[in-house]
Amino acid sequence: MNLTRRSLIGAALALPVAARAETFAGAYAPKAEPVAEGVWMVRGADAPILFDNGGMIANSAIIATDEGAVLFDPGVSLEHGKALGALAQAVTGKAVGRVYVSHLHPDHALGGAAFDPAIVHALPATRADLERDGEGFSDAMYRLLSDWMKGTHVVLPLGDVAEGEAAFGGRKFRLFAMQGHSAGDLVLLDEATGTLLAGDLVFHDRAPSTPHADLVKWRAALDRLTAVQHGLLLPGHGPLDRDGGAIAQTRDWLDWLEATLTQAVADGLDMTEAGELPIPARFAGLKAARYELQRSVSHLYPGLEARLLPRL
Amino acid sequence: MIRKKILLALIATLAAPVPAAFALPADPLKSPMWEYHAERLFGGATVRFDPAVKVEIPEIAENQRVFPVTVDARALPDVKRILIFADLNPIPVAVDYAPRAAAPFLATRIKLDQRTPVRAAVLTADGVWHVSGNWIDAAGGGCSAPPVSRVKGDWADHLGEMHGAAWVLSGTQTRLRVTLRHPMDTGLVENIPAYNIERVMVTSSAGTSLADLQVFGAVAEDPAFTFIVDDAKGPLSIAARDSSGLEFDGTVTPRSAALAAR
Repeated sequence: MNLTRRSLIGAALALPVAARAETFAGAYAPKAEPVAEGVWMVRGADAPILFDNGGMIANSAIIATDEGAVLFDPGVSLEHGKALGALAQAVTGKAVGRVYVSHLHPDHALGGAAFDPAIVHALPATRADLERDGEGFSDAMYRLLSDWMKGTHVVLPLGDVAEGEAAFGGRKFRLFAMQGHSAGDLVLLDEATGTLLAGDLVFHDRAPSTPHADLVKWRAALDRLTAVQHGLLLPGHGPLDRDGGAIAQTRDWLDWLEATLTQAVADGLDMTEAGELPIPARFAGLKAARYELQRSVSHLYPGLEARLLPRL
Repeated sequence: MIRKKILLALIATLAAPVPAAFALPADPLKSPMWEYHAERLFGGATVRFDPAVKVEIPEIAENQRVFPVTVDARALPDVKRILIFADLNPIPVAVDYAPRAAAPFLATRIKLDQRTPVRAAVLTADGVWHVSGNWIDAAGGGCSAPPVSRVKGDWADHLGEMHGAAWVLSGTQTRLRVTLRHPMDTGLVENIPAYNIERVMVTSSAGTSLADLQVFGAVAEDPAFTFIVDDAKGPLSIAARDSSGLEFDGTVTPRSAALAAR
């Protein structure tokens, strides 16, 4: 049975006016919280990407240097990137001179459109990811965030970064090229303060998301992060980690997730049933836990079934 | 003269209170397509929105090409058919299931082409359709973008590969899960004609038909199905046929390990 075009148009016209009314975005008002000497954290909402939060869900960091501010993760949209740029100028007294994009996901990357691509740096893997998926992400963000996205185009980072020492404006960094949350996860250690910007390899009191995850590589990255001597850790989502608990929490969730979904396939559950499984009490403090569990079922379940259900 | 008669007949048709005569209940989901679908699917039968039909879906359509739906109508007696449909899909009906010797339970995955109600309609022996469902928001393209295996180009290498297992439940029932590799082309993608699994049948070792499922192009690529069939002590046979007439089959012997709490 197929619908005719005419019946669909008729149905669309029959929708009540309110359902078709345009909604308008507000203005981004990110706030910077000083966390170390010359380092500010900008907190995202610990929630899914929603029109109500303008997609401002990822954390960003601002670091003051002599040649201008460093912005780590420029947000989801042109306006978000501009607001973060203005915030960086306000707190450091200098315009943004360098932008790092930690990985491909739109809540971290698409705000790069607000800056000269020549100052936007990322891992080569991340640029390749954005070349492949950027337009699709942009479409998805326009659908969810509509007016918040106005003017946003996918701008590929032009600067390549590689693992090792780096410096900008007299400030020394150590960069790490990791993977696991995605094919390219950039981690930045600020040498002066020992502050570790972990991107989405670390979530804190907010359930990790897995759309491009490789769980084996992600765990290996968490091992490396544990071994990197650092003080404060800025997770990609959730509050500042002062005691190192966030790395362990992220690992705990990933281990539980994989074991639980593997057992669900072995027990004969289908995807909806796996997505409804109880979440242990120790994760009660994690925001968006049910939402991310159901997303992860979508990402991981068909692969687990292909591996674990016997060939007939 | 003839023309006048036709005209009169037309006017009479227009004046008649068309099929609203069979008094469809108001749609709690306020779907713009409810009456359109209800008239075609249920004819003049009695239709009731009934929470006894449980339609379990995730809170988010993370992947509009693979959206899981579980229908559980075990609270209803004597179920004859179960339809799963999405009002605003270009191919609205995904499956038409006759649980011949099986519990009125079915889990599968469908494509979504936009925000839409996703529903199950369950026909009981008294001729009443019991309907339930919910809205789900979804990005476009579930039905009108090419399947992943078409993009990768390896669909033909794995066509019809069947995986599955069965678990003996407490009592006399067996839970059967089957997955099949198939592109499930909708015919809505340029230069790729419709090509989909049309039918899946489950038969007991004694030759009794347990489950008879008609499948349409709205079911997700590489379809997966979960059935709960009756009294299957021996191996179960699964036979599937696609719209090119290719047939795929497999046999699975139920494991005795009982599922916890299911």
